[in-house]
Amino acid sequence: MGKAAFRVSVEGSDKVITCLADETLLKAMARQGISNIPVGCRNGGCGVCKIRVTKGEYETGKMSIKHVTQVERDDGYALACKAFPKSDLTVTVKNEE
Amino acid sequence: MALNGVLRPGFVQVRVLDMAEAIVHYRDRIGLTLVSTESDGRVYMKAYDEFDRHSIVLRECDEAGLDLMAFKVCSEASLDDFATKLAAGGYEVTTVAAGEQPGVGRRISFVAPTGHRFDLYAEIELSDNGPMTNNPDVSQLDPQGMKAIRFDHCLLYGGDIDGTKKVFEEILGFSVSEMVVDDDTGMIIALFLTCSNKAHDLALVRHEEDGKLHHVSFLVEDWSSIGAAADIITRYDVSRDIGPTRHGITRGMTIYFFDPSGNRNEVFAGGYHYYPDNPLRVWKASSVGKAIFYYERELNDRFMTVVT
Repeated sequence: MGKAAFRVSVEGSDKVITCLADETLLKAMARQGISNIPVGCRNGGCGVCKIRVTKGEYETGKMSIKHVTQVERDDGYALACKAFPKSDLTVTVKNEE
Repeated sequence: MALNGVLRPGFVQVRVLDMAEAIVHYRDRIGLTLVSTESDGRVYMKAYDEFDRHSIVLRECDEAGLDLMAFKVCSEASLDDFATKLAAGGYEVTTVAAGEQPGVGRRISFVAPTGHRFDLYAEIELSDNGPMTNNPDVSQLDPQGMKAIRFDHCLLYGGDIDGTKKVFEEILGFSVSEMVVDDDTGMIIALFLTCSNKAHDLALVRHEEDGKLHHVSFLVEDWSSIGAAADIITRYDVSRDIGPTRHGITRGMTIYFFDPSGNRNEVFAGGYHYYPDNPLRVWKASSVGKAIFYYERELNDRFMTVVT
């Protein structure tokens, strides 16, 4: 199985996250000792790692509708802990706090 | 012991994003027994040392968090008495019919000033797999996973914790064992309520948003059980928050982690015994690091702000 690696740029940060094909963006970030996206529950429930993907393709796992509504999902919002990059991405941190 | 009125936390109903993942977490990691899966999809679980049918109810939903926390009271008469007093205190009290959860009798339900729904009930079926009573061995079923002994307490976040304190103290008969106050104003920031000999049965932290869950806690045997839980957390890549460590407040030894939907769990051991004549223990906010994490002596931002 190929381990395709995608590069994820976080706006306002010069640290680029390298993400494996089957890895969430947040897990890849933590693995590389980077902290340009806030870390909360890591499991889609708390909304702390909310981002908006402005460029690129990705898939998501289950996320709490309270933190990412359907309208937002259609508009590129996601939780980094549940976002699986499928190409190089550019993202913006959208932490609600 | 003269324990009357509210006896203990009985069960919580928690919302999970994915039931299959939640079952693996609560059954195989924390070590609860799956009691039943009902036709509406709710899953009922219990810890090995609990007599009653269930203590954890999981409901699949597209939003994580807490549906309700329920306390067991000593009798049907006590239940009626609480209903009367809550109504007299201005609370809207609704009745949940017996059988809404399998094996559970009539419940009364109200929403506290912090936005949390609390239910009270007097009757629940005994489990077939509870602690033994004839020449009892230490367990009937072999404890699994983190070997949780019982569902113990919740920490909830909301705005008007003074209001929720008032209803639990004045109507439900709880005592405040310990609290954290602002150094200058004395405003309560966190409080620990007990209806028993335990250091806490319910904890509350002031927060801008109502109705939030900070954690659902399970008792384990001792300090080495916390280490064993930490091993399981790493072995199975469970999302860890903080610990193993110890609290200044309650003195419990602890580790925190998240279920697969982001609801925080704790397994803890120890802590002091509380009696209603004990003086109130008070922490100033300027010492809150040591109050919350006795070894680190500083707060962790995620622990304070991440809730579902």
